[in-house]
Amino acid sequence: MALTNTYIQEKLVEKFNDQVFQFSTDSGILSFESAAENNLKVLQFLYEESSLGFTFLTDLCGVNYPDNKDTELVVVYHLHNFIENIRIRFSIAVPVAKPDVFTATKLFESANWMERETYDFFGINFIGHPNLKRILNVDEMDYFPLRKEFPLEDQTRIDKDDEMFGRG
Amino acid sequence: MEQHSHITLPKGSIEKTTTTLNIGPTHPATHGVFQNIMEVDGERVVSTEQTVGYIHRAFEKLAERRPLYQITPITDRLNYCSSPINNMGWHITCERFLKIDLPKRVDYLRVIIMELSRISDHLICNSIVGVDTGAYTGFLYVMQYRELIYEIYEEVCGSRLTTNIGRIGGFERNFTNTAFTKLEKFLNEYPGVLREFEKLFTRNRIFMERTQGTGGISAARAMNYGFTGPNLRAAGVDYDVRVQQPYSSYQDFDFKVPVGTTGDNYDRFLVRNAEMWESISIIKQAYQKIQEFKGADAEIYHADVPEYYLPKKEDVYTKMEALIWHFKIIMGEIDLPKGQIYSAVEGGNGELGFYLISDGGRTPFRLHFRRPCFIYYQAFEELIKGGMLSDAVVTLSSLNLIAGELDA
Repeated sequence: MALTNTYIQEKLVEKFNDQVFQFSTDSGILSFESAAENNLKVLQFLYEESSLGFTFLTDLCGVNYPDNKDTELVVVYHLHNFIENIRIRFSIAVPVAKPDVFTATKLFESANWMERETYDFFGINFIGHPNLKRILNVDEMDYFPLRKEFPLEDQTRIDKDDEMFGRG
Repeated sequence: MEQHSHITLPKGSIEKTTTTLNIGPTHPATHGVFQNIMEVDGERVVSTEQTVGYIHRAFEKLAERRPLYQITPITDRLNYCSSPINNMGWHITCERFLKIDLPKRVDYLRVIIMELSRISDHLICNSIVGVDTGAYTGFLYVMQYRELIYEIYEEVCGSRLTTNIGRIGGFERNFTNTAFTKLEKFLNEYPGVLREFEKLFTRNRIFMERTQGTGGISAARAMNYGFTGPNLRAAGVDYDVRVQQPYSSYQDFDFKVPVGTTGDNYDRFLVRNAEMWESISIIKQAYQKIQEFKGADAEIYHADVPEYYLPKKEDVYTKMEALIWHFKIIMGEIDLPKGQIYSAVEGGNGELGFYLISDGGRTPFRLHFRRPCFIYYQAFEELIKGGMLSDAVVTLSSLNLIAGELDA
């Protein structure tokens, strides 16, 4: 039976009821969210449920939405079922004040460095990670550079007027 | 001992029976900026810790302040052995996101460029594996043909290594006759060279003994470690983005996906060689399809998308509308639609993905690159543990790690 987005959604809702929400289909990929504390349960269900079989973690990354109160930091998982050739996107949100997320390294070895990278750039604390330290930046760095509060250019510069360029 | 009491040694460093060996960040045995802190027992590797990030350039942050077309040069610098694939991957992501349909001829031209760069990527990797096992000849031999591939890039886009080739919607100019002549020369000469290259290595006893059974990984472990591309296929999983999620009209081509069985260095070598043969066949098919376009169809090299594709320079000087679009594109004054997309292409060393989130502004809100070698380099320790140090060097090069992509 070919796996469809509708079937995945039904399966997830059947298992987790209202614990999974915000289903949408963006350019063919089913996206949904869950509460941060349920991330491992959802990932494990997607991995182990034989009719779903999302056994490949394509990508894991962080996103920062500074304006979303208490859900400033988001972790996005892209999963892939090779046999049915279908991808899904699963995300969880945590407050920037307490960015705790359970690690997926027990399920996917590949999550190890991707979580370190996400920690390095967004400061998301992956609970249970075997070696959670900075990976691309220097160890001495004391901020998380991909958060939106760190502008790329110094906004106070007056020698350069960027207003005309639509990037002011 | 008394007079050295001010020296504090790390705990356990006197009793331990292994040697700590620091390889890199720059070392003649590694091709790129790779540091490994290894624990070795004699010549056996006990454990290793890879350090990455020496050439981190914050591409993801940079991309948040650039309009789409300015991100293309950033992608050049990921896997710089096959920049055109990165460029095309980025253009394809933008085109999918902006819902731009491309004419078939553009797709086929892109396929030619992408397969040429796949060949140049694989031939570097495979010949470097040869160098690391002590055979320099093959490397020097195939280098000449990488040069020919670079000349074709030069003819199409003007540059060689960091190509910035193509634009959103097509190519910046049509392929010249010289480009096609050079392509024909390549198609005529390269199969013979590749055959000879294979003759030097494939059944060479020294090479086989060095590479067989070293750096192997099972299919299940490889998937768990997020392997993609030739490394995954060498372990026996026939996953290829070109087949699974065709882009740029790959569904119009007839090609095989070579797979290995043991996932060791030898299988990786064989898979890459077999892929080069498939690439040659794809280029031939694409070239034939291009020649079937006649008259005005044979002049098409971009889609009609004035919002993203720069108008002709002479039109900019004479026509109002062209001038407006030119200004708006160059200044990055075009608002993107809201939404997000994950789009992947089969890069030289695996699935190269772009995860783009737009909040309706002029630049991406967030852009994440799924860099294949960043993900599979994690498995390096598992691949080399218990093996000889000299095999670790071969494994490192046979994984096709590119520092630029690793560190983004």
